[in-house]
Amino acid sequence: MEEALVNWSRAQFALTAMYHWIFVPLTLGLSFIIAFMETIYVRTGDAEWKRITKFWMTLFGINFAIGVATGIILEFEFGTNWSNYSWFVGDIFGAPLAIEGILAFFMESTFIAVMFFGWNKVSKKFHLLSTWLVAVGANLSALWILVANAWMQNPVGTRFNPDTARNEMTNFWDVLFSPVAINKFLHTVQSGFVLASVFVIGISAWYLMKKREERLAKRSMLVAGIFGLVMSVLLIVSGDMSARLMAKYQPVKFAAMENLYEGQTNAPLVAVGLLRSSPDQEEHKKEDFILKIEIPNFLSYMAFLDANAYVPGIKDLIHGNPERGIISTAEKIEKGKIAVAALKSYKDARKAGDTAAADSSLALVNAHYSYFGYGFLQDEHEAIPPIQLTFYSFRIMVGLGFLFVLLFATTLYLLRKKKMHGQKWFGLTAICMIPLAYLATQMGWIVAEVGRQPWVIQDLMPTRAAVSQINTSAVQLTFVLFAITFTILLIAEIRIMVKQIHKGPKEGGTK
Amino acid sequence: MNFLIRIFRFYYEGFRSMTVGKTLWLIILIKLFILFAFFRLFLFPDFLGQRFKSDEEKSEYVIEQFNRQRE
Repeated sequence: MEEALVNWSRAQFALTAMYHWIFVPLTLGLSFIIAFMETIYVRTGDAEWKRITKFWMTLFGINFAIGVATGIILEFEFGTNWSNYSWFVGDIFGAPLAIEGILAFFMESTFIAVMFFGWNKVSKKFHLLSTWLVAVGANLSALWILVANAWMQNPVGTRFNPDTARNEMTNFWDVLFSPVAINKFLHTVQSGFVLASVFVIGISAWYLMKKREERLAKRSMLVAGIFGLVMSVLLIVSGDMSARLMAKYQPVKFAAMENLYEGQTNAPLVAVGLLRSSPDQEEHKKEDFILKIEIPNFLSYMAFLDANAYVPGIKDLIHGNPERGIISTAEKIEKGKIAVAALKSYKDARKAGDTAAADSSLALVNAHYSYFGYGFLQDEHEAIPPIQLTFYSFRIMVGLGFLFVLLFATTLYLLRKKKMHGQKWFGLTAICMIPLAYLATQMGWIVAEVGRQPWVIQDLMPTRAAVSQINTSAVQLTFVLFAITFTILLIAEIRIMVKQIHKGPKEGGTK
Repeated sequence: MNFLIRIFRFYYEGFRSMTVGKTLWLIILIKLFILFAFFRLFLFPDFLGQRFKSDEEKSEYVIEQFNRQRE
């Protein structure tokens, strides 16, 4: 496969997914914040809470409208640019995505109309129920997509059908409730909740700095501060779980994320580090630390809940470590090549009506299928993901995550002490946190997706085997067109949203 | 019938009274047009569906591709 085609196809998918993810997390989080605000309104009957709810609902509506259907392009790309992959995954994606379409999307789109048009037309309680159902529906939509993504990170609940060369779902519940899927869903939606809370606090801080809408700003900060603080703590918990799952199911990604080249017991966690490519070992993708600040034993504890545990490094995982029961990547490549060749022999034998040959080829496919994807690798070092990008992205994401905890705690402290007024430093910090919250979620996806390279489906299919044989120029053209379209959409969103924020809430709210 | 009329009125009045929403709906419609009438139609054909008629042919092609990449 031509390298330029693979790289452009990856760039195109990354561009689409990253732009799509600009809109999604705010929808996920703001829907719940609005639901909480409206709940307070219904319980207290205080009209100011209704006004607050309507204001944030307008911003929610802008983000929802601009972002809607941006994800559909990813599905176009599956059929055109990633046809080998689409064929190979079979019905695994079909079931979750169909459920998303039927259940969550309709639930969301039906009740969103009541949420926006239903004020004074339906009862307060039914309106509130609709707002909650929009929030639940939006997050359920995310669930099915994330289940599909989790399957790619940890393919379970399926069997490979050599006759069709497709994976078939054998147990829907294993796919839905795999630990990776549950964790991915929780961690991802929690990141959306945190982002939305930062967004609400940042905009409220702007109002306070401008000495406008003070009551709205403080009340909004209170809801977002509590929601954000709880969710950011839970985000750290689910992130911690995610590290353990990664160490178990994607050890090379884990080692790359930590730049752990040599495995060790009592492995320290590098809290802060600067990397430089090792000049004499470039082909091994080895990175040296220029400087590092370590937390002793913490990596072992994070990965296995045991400070003395052995954490395998990239060297162990690539070259093998018989003492630790780790087989080398070269051996896996051999097994994978046998499985891929046996699949072809099986199909040929079936065509020729040679049952004996077909049976022996099938036995080889089944025996080595768990290494199938390694059969496409040319070299063992191809199994190592880009280390610097994974390493830095992880640290930026985690660092910002802790910063958000501090932001929420400070917000609540200043509100409680009635010291929010005139805190210009806080206002500026809170506003600056909005783009940082977006940066943090994008970094999270880079860790998840770049860190799992070369795999599009862990151990079963590398990215380059997934790509369709089309003209590279066609991919370049669509890349540019997407970049233009999405940038226009993003500018439109920012302009409309900024205009609406400047305008502020109406007495009766806006539609 | 009365119920359907009420639903129609609910949406009709809702859309009529929109302010920001009108701009947003315009953006949504333009976006959907670009996505489906341009991108989908001209730039994103079904790669396997266009080349092969049966699932058998598709699977043979994919296996062939796999085998070529293994070498």
